[in-house]
Amino acid sequence: MKPTKVTNSIRALRFARGEMKQADLAAAIGVTRQTLIAIEQGKYSPSLEVAFKIARVFEVSLEEVFQYPEEEEL
Amino acid sequence: MAFEEKQAWALGVIAVVGYAVYVVLVLNGAAGRPLVEAPYVGAMLWTILFGIVAGIVSGIWFGIASRNDGLQADERDREIGRFGDHIGQSFVVIGGVSAMALAMFEAPYFWIANVLYLCFVLSAVLGSVAKIVFYRRGML
Repeated sequence: MKPTKVTNSIRALRFARGEMKQADLAAAIGVTRQTLIAIEQGKYSPSLEVAFKIARVFEVSLEEVFQYPEEEEL
Repeated sequence: MAFEEKQAWALGVIAVVGYAVYVVLVLNGAAGRPLVEAPYVGAMLWTILFGIVAGIVSGIWFGIASRNDGLQADERDREIGRFGDHIGQSFVVIGGVSAMALAMFEAPYFWIANVLYLCFVLSAVLGSVAKIVFYRRGML
């Protein structure tokens, strides 16, 4: 299975938010805790809708949550 | 472990156990005679019924066990479910084509029924294995 090139800062953002629990974030965006863990570990790329929900919870832009390398870095 | 992953494990195990019981029953029923003369209809129907009932009971069981876990399935579970079923269904097609070929060559009913049953079981097992792999390794 090819790994995704998308990385994310969810873990750092959770800790910046007073160590927000995975279960609380999962409930806020409407996914199971297992799915949130998979997203955090880069094992699952969420839908655009879920990605926006995560960004809204942290009140940051989408690119502050998810990053994709520039063409020359690929 | 996600509710749907537990269910994938359960359905895979039920399919294997059910088929193993069926094979033992048919081999015992043959009692030295050629396999095509062995009584198989009763064993096949009972093990299929067992699989259906056990699948429903395991779903209810896991549902009760995880009733306090909040949300039980989301977009990832649905995606994995779809991909797993899609992979498993390849064996349903293989079974159908094999049964058609056997019927064309006027093979005994025993082999036609058994190739269909075997492919249903392989479809369930492959589908479950695919789902478990997606849950464990990720789906990107």
